Amino acid sequence: MHSTAQLILLLVVLSDLAILGTTRLSSCIRGLAAQGLLLGLLPLLIASRLSVHAVGLAVGTVIVKAVVLPWFLAWAIREAAVRREVEPIVGFIASQLLGALAVALAFAIASRLPLPTVQQPLLVPVSLATLMIGFIVLTTRRKALTQVVGYLILENGIYLFGLTQTERVPFLIELGVLLDVFVGVFIMGIVVFHINREFDSLDATRLTELTD
Amino acid sequence: MTPTGLVALVVLGATAPVVPGIVVKTKSLLTGRRGAPVLQLYYDLWKLFRKGSVYSRTTTWVFRAGPVIVLASLIVATLFLPLDGRAAPARFAGDVVAFAGLLALGRFALVLAGLDTGSSFEGMGASREVMIATFAEPTLFLCFIALVLATGDLSLSGMLGTPLAAAWPRAGASLSLVGISLFVLLLAENCRVPVDDPATHLELTMIHEVIVLDHGGPDLALILYGSSLKLALFGVLVVSVLVPRAGLPGPAAVAVLFAGVGVVAIAVGIVESVMARLRLTRVPQLLVGAAALALFGIILQVQ
Repeated sequence: MHSTAQLILLLVVLSDLAILGTTRLSSCIRGLAAQGLLLGLLPLLIASRLSVHAVGLAVGTVIVKAVVLPWFLAWAIREAAVRREVEPIVGFIASQLLGALAVALAFAIASRLPLPTVQQPLLVPVSLATLMIGFIVLTTRRKALTQVVGYLILENGIYLFGLTQTERVPFLIELGVLLDVFVGVFIMGIVVFHINREFDSLDATRLTELTD
Repeated sequence: MTPTGLVALVVLGATAPVVPGIVVKTKSLLTGRRGAPVLQLYYDLWKLFRKGSVYSRTTTWVFRAGPVIVLASLIVATLFLPLDGRAAPARFAGDVVAFAGLLALGRFALVLAGLDTGSSFEGMGASREVMIATFAEPTLFLCFIALVLATGDLSLSGMLGTPLAAAWPRAGASLSLVGISLFVLLLAENCRVPVDDPATHLELTMIHEVIVLDHGGPDLALILYGSSLKLALFGVLVVSVLVPRAGLPGPAAVAVLFAGVGVVAIAVGIVESVMARLRLTRVPQLLVGAAALALFGIILQVQ
């Protein structure tokens, strides 16, 4: 169980780097869905015993993060007829190097954090790395839709950090967070859709031109 | 140096032309064609060796020395690889740098020979080859650094030999990342599909093939044999990292190695049939991705 969880955590980091490196919006979303699936498997592998809590969290995560949200983003692309390319402000090579730097930084910080020992030593660095890469995607991509993707990666990082405390955090709170994210993305999707209809573009930099 | 290691070295030298044959055969079968025989390269080499040489009057000795240096540097580089999973014929602390240097020397000689012809096509191919090398070499060194950290040994014999087998339970994740990174390097260094298309014969799209346009006869044979040896050599690197063989008896270790190189060749064939060649501007991104993987492997070990 332990080594499988470790493998999945490594795959989460690889999916982060893959999302940073893809040029297409659809493969970006597919990467996000794969990451959601990996995150859904984690509570089952980390929990010391298979409880209703862990299974519920796993099922909820897979449904929301790996099925509903990616489907919704894919719908938004189709409906808003967005151009299929990711438009980065920082180039792909540079953002991939930034991503590698973020991973290094995450591991360096995690080893210095005064945390109670957790059963899965990779969990904290991977969550920090995912947080930072989410932030990179959020800030260095021009499209509103890729900013939603960045926000979701950021949230995945927070979710991973929360997994260190699965035994203590009540089920309802976690479900509440999942619901919040879902509603947040739903609203963002609709906003994105309307921005697109209003301006014929999803370029977020053009939002600075808005006036009363 | 064990007798097994020596036999393995000779067998590797003799069977290297089979490796591209397997790649081509896999590719043909997967795309529904019969394909050239696996031993095709032997026939080609036999044909080329019987031909005479023709040299353009614009070329100098650099052009003639090119193929010989390419092949010689690759043969010497092979001597550093522990084929029986224990020790290589040549080894000293820090021979990884010599290994990378020999690969670079071969490429340098090839590029100079291409430039020496004065043909604009070959100059273009040479510049592309060097551009790819600029990204491939740091990645190779990152892979080596990860291996050094895992095994604590500075020679290829140690990095791919007994200390590697001891390091696997500890650093398995990191070593698999290095293996994947080396596989991407194999594709790039040997001009396989996502980076270059060895089947194309349009000068504007090829990289490696275009540098050797002016070579013919025995010179071309040396280059073709050299590139098959390079493919086999990278296959050995990938298999050695992914399958530690120090626990096996010598002959079994060698057998596993050759079977592994065959599997790598089939994997290359599969990659070639499911992928198209990347745009040239996307190639650095692929290699930087491979470098990021190797870097992640290093981070996992120093955390």
